[in-house]
Amino acid sequence: MVPLNYYLILSAIVFAIGVVGVLIRRNLIVVLMSIELMLNAVNLTFIAFARHLGSMAGQVAVFFVMAVAAAEAVIGLAIIISVFRQSRTLDPQNMQLLKW
Amino acid sequence: MNAATAIFFVLAGLLVIASLMVVFLRRVVHCAIALVTALLLIAILFISLQAPMVGVLQVMVYAGAIMVLFLFVIMFLNPGALEQPSIAWWGLAVILSGLLGAFLVPLLSHYEASDNPVTSTELFGSPDVLAKSLFGEFVLPFEIASVLLLVAIIGAVVLGKREHGSDGAA
Amino acid sequence: MIVDLAIVAVKAFLVLFMVLNLAGVLGWVERKGSALIQDRIGANRASIFGFAGMGLVNTLIADPLKFLTKEDFIPAAGDKLLHTLAPCMALFPALVTFAVIPFGDVLILGDRVINLQVANLNIGILYVFAMGSLGVYGIVIGAWASNNKFSLLGGVRGSAQMISYEVAMGLSVMGILMAYSTLDLQEIARDQGMLIRELLPARLGFLQPVMGWLPAWGVFLQPLGFLLFFTAAVAETKRIPFDLPEGESELVAGYHVEYSGGKFLMFFAGEFAEVVTVAGLVTTLFFGGWQVPYLMRDGFHFPWGSIWLLPHLAVVLLQVAAFTVKVLFFCWLQILLRWSVPRFRYDQVMRLGWKMMLPLALLNVAVTAVIIVAAQ
Repeated sequence: MVPLNYYLILSAIVFAIGVVGVLIRRNLIVVLMSIELMLNAVNLTFIAFARHLGSMAGQVAVFFVMAVAAAEAVIGLAIIISVFRQSRTLDPQNMQLLKW
Repeated sequence: MNAATAIFFVLAGLLVIASLMVVFLRRVVHCAIALVTALLLIAILFISLQAPMVGVLQVMVYAGAIMVLFLFVIMFLNPGALEQPSIAWWGLAVILSGLLGAFLVPLLSHYEASDNPVTSTELFGSPDVLAKSLFGEFVLPFEIASVLLLVAIIGAVVLGKREHGSDGAA
Repeated sequence: MIVDLAIVAVKAFLVLFMVLNLAGVLGWVERKGSALIQDRIGANRASIFGFAGMGLVNTLIADPLKFLTKEDFIPAAGDKLLHTLAPCMALFPALVTFAVIPFGDVLILGDRVINLQVANLNIGILYVFAMGSLGVYGIVIGAWASNNKFSLLGGVRGSAQMISYEVAMGLSVMGILMAYSTLDLQEIARDQGMLIRELLPARLGFLQPVMGWLPAWGVFLQPLGFLLFFTAAVAETKRIPFDLPEGESELVAGYHVEYSGGKFLMFFAGEFAEVVTVAGLVTTLFFGGWQVPYLMRDGFHFPWGSIWLLPHLAVVLLQVAAFTVKVLFFCWLQILLRWSVPRFRYDQVMRLGWKMMLPLALLNVAVTAVIIVAAQ
């Protein structure tokens, strides 16, 4: 029976790695993938707590997080395709039209 | 250290390596494959945490459908040029994320692992119990989630349509 | 503890061994069978000391040797790692899916009851769909890593087809899941041992004279589901008539045009392993799995009252033999289908999957639900 702490620390590490990905990568698709990584780290936390508290609410929450992540990935990718058609690049640095 | 803990450490190590590969590999397709690996490892962790239904849903939905969508978009857009890393920004970002990790880890270590967690029956996490929760207590979020998915489908179709007069890609 | 692990290891080894061997034998059946259908002789040139064994030596010994000793060629601009990884990703789900298919009831050795199924998961059929959705990666990555336009086109078509028919496959099985109210494949196989009159509630008693002697096999309860599932599964494994992604006459060889030698053998073996897996699934879900009609754990219980008791080992052997015969039948049926039906065009494939099979599957679910609710 693995202690709860181990799972929480693991998901914190994966979350931090996801944050690194969002901050430093200059490719929109990799940024979106890092966001998915962060969502999965949170899912792991939910499931670990669900098991340790004996409540199904954690697993139901993960179910909904997965549905929302699917919707978000779909919309995000559609936006990326539209942006690529306009500016022919996936570098967020080049999308600064609103910067003052 | 019993077998369960050893297996957990192996899986955790592989998961951290896969996450690092997602963030630090140069070619986008390799990052996508690394993310698929990470998702599969997380699904194995789910199954070991007595959530078989959610684990297999993770494989079916996340690793099996969402990541295929990512791969399709990567193949269509075909980002050729590799991006130029900027050392200063990378260093700053890694330091900030290290701080975030260093902040979160002690915070989360305070949880006393209760020696006997609430005894879960064999049915915990099985499709029956999950379905009862979903259609009993959480039926309203369930319906809202289905509307959300419908909205997402419509939005994606509208966003993906080609405008008249643009020299669309792919 | 060790004995439990050893038993699981033996079962896993047996199943893997059987699937791989059957995949090899199916290669021979396909070549020789297609030759017979097309009124030609087929491969018969390779021989050992003059013994050519109806093409067995050629297909089972000479061909694998040839594949394994060929030069491993990676296209110059292709992605080396992914090119090597893709065949593994294609073969892995095909082999692993068979872990949840039960090939017998229980084997009682002394006081140990061994469930003749490698992994008894309570999520049974969902595991099969999860592995099916992982099968898309072999195609996508294989197509991408070849750096070849035809390959990419075949790969994109193939993966789009696979994800479309995953949906149809899942929905067509819903009716079966509702009829037997379980996801576990061993439970579904066991439930098909009952006669229909025991499964149906009394309100539908007017069907008694007809249903009193039929075992409750899935094909009798869900005929439309069987047709939909079989078609969707054949489309999922990209066999003819749905093999446009590897269309030999149009796309050279589609997504595996740049693969030769051992890697092509892995794709090839993966496809035949999927044929075996589809056959196993169809028998388990719709044709009673390992059930022999009227055979219970202690012997035959005929509906007209007579009982014929059998020793336990004989029952187990009969059940495993029944399973094998049914799987072989469906493998043969898929091979026959390949050489009898012309290939669908791609837009026809997509239209069939989304516009015809999906509504039919939903209709099937609705009608099943109405019948189940009305009968209570």
